[in-house]
Amino acid sequence: MLRIAGGTVYDPANGIDGVVTDLCIADGRLVAEADLPAGARTIDASGTIVMPGGVDVHTHVAGGALNFARGLVPENQRVSRKFLHGVDRRAGLGGMTPTTFATGYLYAGMGWTTVNEAAVPILSARHTHEELHDIPIVDKTTLVLMGNNEFVLDLLEAGETERAKDVVAWLVWAAKAYGVKAVNPGGVEAWKWGKNANTLHAPIEGYKTVTPAQIIASLAAVVDDLKLPHPVHLHCNNLGVPGNFATTIETMNVLQGHRAHLAHLQFHAYGGDDWSTMRSESARVAEAFSANKNLTADAGAVLFGDAVTITADGPWQHLLYQLTGRKWGNLDVENETGCGIVPYVYKDRNLVNAVQWAVGLELLLLVDDPWRIFLTTDHPNGGCFWRYPEIIQMLMNAEFRKEQVRTLPDKARQRIVLEDLDREYTLTEVAIITSAGPARSLGLTRKGHLGVGADADVTIYPVNPDHGFLFSYPRYVIKGGAIVVEEGDLRHVTEGREFIVRPACDDAIEDYIRPLFEKVYTMSFANYPVEMERLRRPEVIPCDRR
Amino acid sequence: MITLTLKEAPTVPLEAELLSPDTIASLTIDEIRALPVHLGKRRRRVDDFFAVDGAPGDELEIRGDVGRVKWIGHGMTRGLVRIDGHAGMHLGSAMTGGAIEVSGNAGDWLGAEMSGGVIRVRGNAGGQVGAAYRGSLSGMTDGTILIDGSAGLEVGMRMKRGTILVGGPVRDFAGLQMKGGTIVLQSGAELRTGAWMNRGTIISLRPIPLLPTFSYAANYNPTFVRLYAKRLATLGYTLPYDERDGTYQRYTGDAAVPGRGEILVWQPHLM
Repeated sequence: MLRIAGGTVYDPANGIDGVVTDLCIADGRLVAEADLPAGARTIDASGTIVMPGGVDVHTHVAGGALNFARGLVPENQRVSRKFLHGVDRRAGLGGMTPTTFATGYLYAGMGWTTVNEAAVPILSARHTHEELHDIPIVDKTTLVLMGNNEFVLDLLEAGETERAKDVVAWLVWAAKAYGVKAVNPGGVEAWKWGKNANTLHAPIEGYKTVTPAQIIASLAAVVDDLKLPHPVHLHCNNLGVPGNFATTIETMNVLQGHRAHLAHLQFHAYGGDDWSTMRSESARVAEAFSANKNLTADAGAVLFGDAVTITADGPWQHLLYQLTGRKWGNLDVENETGCGIVPYVYKDRNLVNAVQWAVGLELLLLVDDPWRIFLTTDHPNGGCFWRYPEIIQMLMNAEFRKEQVRTLPDKARQRIVLEDLDREYTLTEVAIITSAGPARSLGLTRKGHLGVGADADVTIYPVNPDHGFLFSYPRYVIKGGAIVVEEGDLRHVTEGREFIVRPACDDAIEDYIRPLFEKVYTMSFANYPVEMERLRRPEVIPCDRR
Repeated sequence: MITLTLKEAPTVPLEAELLSPDTIASLTIDEIRALPVHLGKRRRRVDDFFAVDGAPGDELEIRGDVGRVKWIGHGMTRGLVRIDGHAGMHLGSAMTGGAIEVSGNAGDWLGAEMSGGVIRVRGNAGGQVGAAYRGSLSGMTDGTILIDGSAGLEVGMRMKRGTILVGGPVRDFAGLQMKGGTIVLQSGAELRTGAWMNRGTIISLRPIPLLPTFSYAANYNPTFVRLYAKRLATLGYTLPYDERDGTYQRYTGDAAVPGRGEILVWQPHLM
């Protein structure tokens, strides 16, 4: 029971734009003033900014790939922030790939209360859920990798789309996931033959007819048919490659009006023919994206400094490894997907990196509708999530942003448009791209707003002219009605929930999958689906999204 | 000068990264006695293990066999640490300045990732002298390490700058993945010296087995060796350079990377 009194509230989902009002919280939800029991504690929020807790629509915080990355960068962990254990606090490390408990503390400490782990192979779903248990405070959802799943691809080749739909539905529930992700559709499958899928309309290696375009369109249709709350989450083909904007725009055409979320759009908006001619094509991508109202996207912005790139996109990671000459991790996940890890440093003196840095910000500024593009860095690929405030500062302050652009090499400045953009984000727009928008895209109706009935996830920022600082240190963070951050200190650690979906499917599909599985997989079929008991505090969200 | 005299050698390694001039310079004797050290997972005090005497300052003398005391002089920036006995692992790691002298032997990771200062060991050293810790891109980036005795594996692994001189024989993989700097091997080395080296110089005063990926370039007397010899002479070490005494055989490699490092092998003229 809590009253947040006198704060300036930004709740864009309910049309509240900087209104001084009280919020009332009881039993973990926002309630009407009349329903607040007497004797509730009051937080004096006068002179502060009140927003719904942040929602990260695309991040990598748990699972086999992330754990591999943690092991691959001991040099970063030695110098990263240490979390010492306390009464209700576990020890851990920050840095580029924070440990589980530290991930929860860092997100909550920044005012983010819901995170979407965006790439889970079904085979390591159990491990992922185990790690998610240990990420405290924040609520979690997961997306399961399907764009290179051989069961699905085989059915598409045979033209059995109806059965493919049942298989997808079965696999989503088997992984106890929340949605469907496709990474470099067809390309990771081709990687198992040492190839990639560079064009959308050519059959992929190992198949006679299946093309990336077919996989994209089919999965988008299946996800729409299954009425999943979050649309198909697409990591487009040709990530990171100069000239890939054409592939990205073609992907939008291939979707034919189906809903889709385009992940880390920044990595897919480059022009030029090679590394030396690479340039920003954010304007064209933003234009095409804006015209396709069926789409949402997240920025996948890049910040200068250390990063670790982690993706299921195995072939791209091999290329990146060859470019950096540093270390490389590669995983093959049986018949489902692949994975690559390469530590990377984004340098402002580097032409390619400077363009990448600009493109992320350009997309956030060029897409006029903040309800459709969200703040991410594709953590830890473009930078760590705990650096989001740096991006917010650049979005809100054009002069500061232009100062940064002016420090870039002249050659890079000729290839970007960032210097010409004068737009400055308002606090409402910031609340949309960090919370209301991603919550709506994820279909989490109780997240991202402060209306009656919403989960009481509230972040209270001090008013401070330096916006980067403002968003780094919220004064209070309330999660599910409990005050976790108070006066800027993490005071109380709570447990988060996991949201999952159970799409409708023909139960007989298991009889179809079992013999195939037993033929090709190394584990026993009974151990494949994740048991409900593995999840702590799960909540099944109904599949009724149109 | 502060003197620490070992009362009783610990049975398991003692982690004592606070034993450095930077920490003690501004402390009183009692504060130094109360400094925390870690025995396994247990937190103990300095005076549980050492008798502490002397006047505070940025010089520290440690007496007794501290071969099980790790991290002495870690990250130090100034002053002097003198160890009268053997020293433990990670001595002077990440130091940026000042000097360390050891009368006995030193353990592994001596001066690992250091970026300045001088370390002098009269006895032998362990492996990974001036090396990069696992995962790091570069080892020592400046400074000098002088070892009178022998040294272990991976001496100067991934070092980027600075000088390591070893008087006695060195084991395998000296200069592994070296990126720069100089290693002087007065008594040669065992196998795979300079493997994966990109740049940098390894000077051996004895013939050493070379990898097949190093190719012979020339016999000559490079000018820079003369400069190094003069600098090392001030520290009490000799490095031959005069063409009347002999020449250096220059080998380039490691072609397996491919790299542009060099190994110079001294060939004295036959009298």
